[in-house]
Amino acid sequence: MTIHSLPGPDDIVRRELSNGITVLLRPNFHSLSVVVTGYLSAGAIFEPDDKLGLASFTALALMRGTIQHDFQQIYDGLESNGASLGIDGGTHSIGFYGHALAEDLDLLVGTLGETLRQPVFPADQVERLRDQLLTSLAIRAQDTAEVASLMFAELVYVGHPYSRPEDGYPETIRSIRREDLVAFHEKHFGPSGMVISIVGGVDTEQALESVTRFLGDWENLNQPIQPDLPSLKPLSGTISRQVNIPGKSEADIVMGVAGPPRRSPDFLVASLGNNILGQFGMYGRIGESVREKSGLAYHASSSLSGGIGPGPWLFIAGVDPNNIEKVIALVRQEITRFINEPVTSEELADSQANYIGRLPLSLESNAGVASALLNLERYSLGLDYYQRYPDLIRGINPAEILETAQHYLHPDRLAIATAGSFDTPG
Amino acid sequence: MNESLTQLKLSNGLQVLLKEIHTSPIISQWIWYRVGSRDEVPGLTGASHWVEHMMFKGTPEFPLGVLDRVVSREGGYSNAFTFLDWTAYFETLPADKIDIALRLEADRMFNSVFEPNEVSSERTVVISERQGSENEPLFRLSEEVQSAAFRVHPYHHEIIGDLTDLYSMQREDIFHHYRTYYVPNNAVLSIVGDFETQSILERIRELYEPLAAGSQPTRLVRIEPPQAGERRVSVEGPGETTYLQVSYRAPKADDPDFFALNLLDSLLTGPTNLNMFGGGVTNKTSRLYKALVEKELAVSVNGGLQATIDPYLYTTVITVHPKHTASDCIGAMEAEIKQLQDAPPPVVELERALKQARAIFAYGSESISNLAYWMGFAEMFASVDWFTTYLERLAAVTPADVQRLAQTCLRPQNRTLGVYLPNTTTP
Repeated sequence: MTIHSLPGPDDIVRRELSNGITVLLRPNFHSLSVVVTGYLSAGAIFEPDDKLGLASFTALALMRGTIQHDFQQIYDGLESNGASLGIDGGTHSIGFYGHALAEDLDLLVGTLGETLRQPVFPADQVERLRDQLLTSLAIRAQDTAEVASLMFAELVYVGHPYSRPEDGYPETIRSIRREDLVAFHEKHFGPSGMVISIVGGVDTEQALESVTRFLGDWENLNQPIQPDLPSLKPLSGTISRQVNIPGKSEADIVMGVAGPPRRSPDFLVASLGNNILGQFGMYGRIGESVREKSGLAYHASSSLSGGIGPGPWLFIAGVDPNNIEKVIALVRQEITRFINEPVTSEELADSQANYIGRLPLSLESNAGVASALLNLERYSLGLDYYQRYPDLIRGINPAEILETAQHYLHPDRLAIATAGSFDTPG
Repeated sequence: MNESLTQLKLSNGLQVLLKEIHTSPIISQWIWYRVGSRDEVPGLTGASHWVEHMMFKGTPEFPLGVLDRVVSREGGYSNAFTFLDWTAYFETLPADKIDIALRLEADRMFNSVFEPNEVSSERTVVISERQGSENEPLFRLSEEVQSAAFRVHPYHHEIIGDLTDLYSMQREDIFHHYRTYYVPNNAVLSIVGDFETQSILERIRELYEPLAAGSQPTRLVRIEPPQAGERRVSVEGPGETTYLQVSYRAPKADDPDFFALNLLDSLLTGPTNLNMFGGGVTNKTSRLYKALVEKELAVSVNGGLQATIDPYLYTTVITVHPKHTASDCIGAMEAEIKQLQDAPPPVVELERALKQARAIFAYGSESISNLAYWMGFAEMFASVDWFTTYLERLAAVTPADVQRLAQTCLRPQNRTLGVYLPNTTTP
């Protein structure tokens, strides 16, 4: 039997290339395939307000044609070999994810290097992609959960980049010209701050050589650094907004506050507390109250995003429109209890065991390990983080959870966004 | 794949499939029952899925509030699925914690309580689940197409059931459904991971052999008559986007033609991915992507077929470009199909589809949960050999087979065509 061990300094290889790219590697010779994933320091945070969606539009257009290959040739190379690669935009970064049979590592890294460095943004492809993005936004406008999430962000993140949707609005997508994509790419895409994680049935030296060959001589001397995030004004009371979308059977509730960033010392404590509140078993206390005891929703839970900045601490539920107020009241009750009473030692022990026990499960696949390595780098957690993790979790106590909960949550200081059909008779 | 696979049947009829894999200290257990929405008559539609919900509501040994937490407490994850032909439950856990999952599944096969208040409270949960699905245009379209495609066969109704039945079904109906189908001789247990076969088998015998076999449940059989002509349905609803669903009657999973259609699907809409866990491949070089999306008649196209006991559907879903109509897409799709009807595809195109299938198989084989899923899944409509010989049977498909399937299966007379038309004036 092979003894599996958690990734750590002894088996993660970390290299910084001279142009600023960080490469993280962990071989897995049980695997026939390889995952290549990572990010660049160029996201929606660099967009002007009138061009929202520009970073994502640029990222999606990269694979539409390069100096050497057109759209069909790029995808033919990948798909003929059963490989897959996607590049998409986020708030702080442009992310990429690809997988292939291990023998096709060069194909994957080569395609990544070529599309990142030499895109030509063919005019017909840009227009085709624009139509696809506008259709996605039309579909988004009909999605009650998505619309409630957009409203929630506007309520909580006033004057903050997190109030803006990464995929923009129809009017901003229509206003983006091909030259905007070219200029955004030229200025913001570069190796500085880029991280690439490679996990699978490939040799470490072979993987390093591949990255060096296809990306090692990339330079962009004008690449800007990430701007600081503005400070966020906490909510002083509860603000609510309701959006009517005709013809929907179910309404969605998205409520909550801004939570701690991933690097905050509060994050892990809040995350473990949130597991008790709205995740553990069948969605924790929130699921117990809204679903199990009251039968008011198929889905009701809470989540904490973390991230570079103060990502949201969310409470979400999909409910009959007539039950919205009842469900909001139940969630408020649970928040009130959570900030007034420490969690029980049994609840804490359950969630600690859950967090520690599920770690190896999340690291079963190449994709899971590759993503875990990216988190180490993105949040400066240290290569030994996963080996320290069980002790970090065991060290959290009910008093800390209570104190952290009180710092972030209050039942009368919430943003509450709802979307659904509220004018339906009857 | 077959090398370390152990297959046996206990004295009470429970079928057991075990495969040792020692790459990670993880075990995945799946239990499969031969009951799904195809076993429901009108008035009881949605019963199988409702039973699945009730299986998380407690037994005397694992009461409500305990049962749904025991797996999480050990760091595992669990879920359940109800399909047309089957219902499955799984738990994936650290290897040294698997005993709790073994005990749990053996216990709730017979001892789920179905406490009346819990049945009642779950009624609104299931209705809420259905309402969430109804928010999606593609659910509404798919439900209409499915019901038009099957006039007689119980594949006619959606797995979640009709709203009227979800309101009217009683605790006795649901409980009777459970007692009828949840017996060891109607179940398959598939376990993959870091264990020793003999020791886990001893534990399985300890837990399951005391359970008596029940009457062998009879599957509901209502044969769908041949389709005599194209059927068309339309659904109107909110939004700005038109969707087109084209569903052809397809061979059942253990029909050799299923594999030819699988490759035909790869050529038309990209490689089929039957994995529950594991990556797939994009479809931007498929024939229909080129004919529809690259020509700006559609913004996306996807297709796939389901592995089922009885003949089901091969379905393509197209998101129509705002400047075009569903008819434009149908015309372009028919032209592509005609090419495959008129001439067999080049051998090189089939070889490419095979490499894609091998890659997807490799991605799926890296997940222990996915392997346990596949083994039991294949037993639900064929046998585990269906899974172990899957790539070989794909490789045996010839260009002439693909052409023949295009001619026989992809005829307009063999399809149901549905259009979702946005009606922004809906109040």
